[in-house]
Amino acid sequence: MTVVDAAALTAWVREFARLVHEQRDTLTQLDSAIGDADHGANLDRGMTAAVAALEATPPDDPAAALKTVATTLIKTVGGASGPLYGTFFLRAAGALDVGTDPTHHGRALAAALRAGYDGVIARGKAERGDKTMLDALGPACDAFDEALAAGKALDEALGAAAEAAAQGRDATEPLIARKGRASYLGERSAGHLDPGAASAALLVEAAATALAGRG
Amino acid sequence: MKKLINDPADVVPEALRGLAAAHPELRVDHEDRVVLRADAPVQGKVGLVSGGGSGHEPMHAGFVGMGMLDAACAGEVFTSPVPDQVVAATRGVDGGAGVLHVVKNYTGDVMNFEMAAELVSAESDTEVIAVVTDDDVAVQDSLYTAGRRGVGVTVLVEKLAGAAAEEGRPLAEVADVAKRVNATGRSMGMALTSCTVPAAGRPTFDLPDDEMEIGIGIHGEPGRRRVPVAPAREIAEMLVEPILADLDMTGGDGVIAFVNGMGGTPLLELYLMYAEVVAVLEKAGVGIARNLVGSYMTSLDMAGCSVTLLRADDELLRLWDAPVRTPSLRWGA
Repeated sequence: MTVVDAAALTAWVREFARLVHEQRDTLTQLDSAIGDADHGANLDRGMTAAVAALEATPPDDPAAALKTVATTLIKTVGGASGPLYGTFFLRAAGALDVGTDPTHHGRALAAALRAGYDGVIARGKAERGDKTMLDALGPACDAFDEALAAGKALDEALGAAAEAAAQGRDATEPLIARKGRASYLGERSAGHLDPGAASAALLVEAAATALAGRG
Repeated sequence: MKKLINDPADVVPEALRGLAAAHPELRVDHEDRVVLRADAPVQGKVGLVSGGGSGHEPMHAGFVGMGMLDAACAGEVFTSPVPDQVVAATRGVDGGAGVLHVVKNYTGDVMNFEMAAELVSAESDTEVIAVVTDDDVAVQDSLYTAGRRGVGVTVLVEKLAGAAAEEGRPLAEVADVAKRVNATGRSMGMALTSCTVPAAGRPTFDLPDDEMEIGIGIHGEPGRRRVPVAPAREIAEMLVEPILADLDMTGGDGVIAFVNGMGGTPLLELYLMYAEVVAVLEKAGVGIARNLVGSYMTSLDMAGCSVTLLRADDELLRLWDAPVRTPSLRWGA
């Protein structure tokens, strides 16, 4: 069975778009507290456009699906989340090499997510602990790699990644922001979840949900 | 939320339609949401492109015209424009002498303009220089923040670098003027109320009737401290003193003093504030060479104001006095 194919990644993108739409107001509320109250609306607009683009031109291969999402987000979102999520999907698309052996699909997806994560670090000039989306994506990549190395199936490993992302998101609450608009607040940014980490946790949760039962 | 809108999702394109109808001297590219001088590109002149989130009107589109910007990119409310818009604007104003990007220092704006500059250089030999404004003394500039925000000085950069470009000076010199203005200008703002983002539908933050935020940005992001509302006299001190503590404004040819309204404050109060700012500057021994009072860089319907001081010299004063003809700033032409 093909594990990581265009259909699977399209399902991931759809599920992420659904979660973002559902939690749009929550994300915007988090952003009101320490940012500028637009994260939910912007990401919802971008992911709605990404799903429409995938429907208009169904991708032939999994990397093409990710690339479509990247270019759509860069064109439609703006703000910081457009270039950051766009770069994540663009780098992931570039690194995704599923090959012909389905037993390698888990590792291929893990390498792609890691490349996306590294891309966000480079574009945002940020690091873990700055109270950004990296605080959810980083632990997720680590947990995914570790679970696969321990011989876990792809969907189980993604479940572990989603759990790590959620923990990483929750761990942003006491942090003082060092990047983005929240950093202007200094110590007043502590005591709030980071909206970028919250949406990034949804991204990983969506992967675990959409790819459940595969591999 | 009570606003003069139809659908919150259509606020920016519908406002651009009105801008185009009101100002036939501008050309509005509705698809890319770019506002250009009708005569762009001006051959042999450096093109000036700025842009940012909408909600700060008249900045930036209100400053497109002779002597100021060649194009402005309108993002969604409080959201930077996307790279495609900046690329379209840059191509549209390239008259063969290069293009200056005037970018306010916000994470999103800087990233989107950077990506646009990369795309332009990959596809053409247009020379692009970006100048990032970061004049807000309310934000500590350190490794631990995104750096100071670009606020009021941006309007002054657009006027002064725009005048330098209009004189036919080369890109490097126009960029130097912009950098010098940013290096010698400082701002500090405050809010009496929050603003309400149309898509959010309610005030971005709660501010009790008897409190105000000092050190506010222009996106409804809370300030650095919240204090009881004070008389204008004391507010003027709270805004001017941190600026003077950050940069010596004495000596030289005096300052350009800019009192800016945040969108929900009447001009009556802005003039009252300007009188208080003049008094604080007199006491500090800072001369005023020129001034600008009005709502030029707003934060939707936020009530409040900011003060920007720019240490001027002969050249900057000459560029300030040079003719300008835009929807929101015009003199001498």
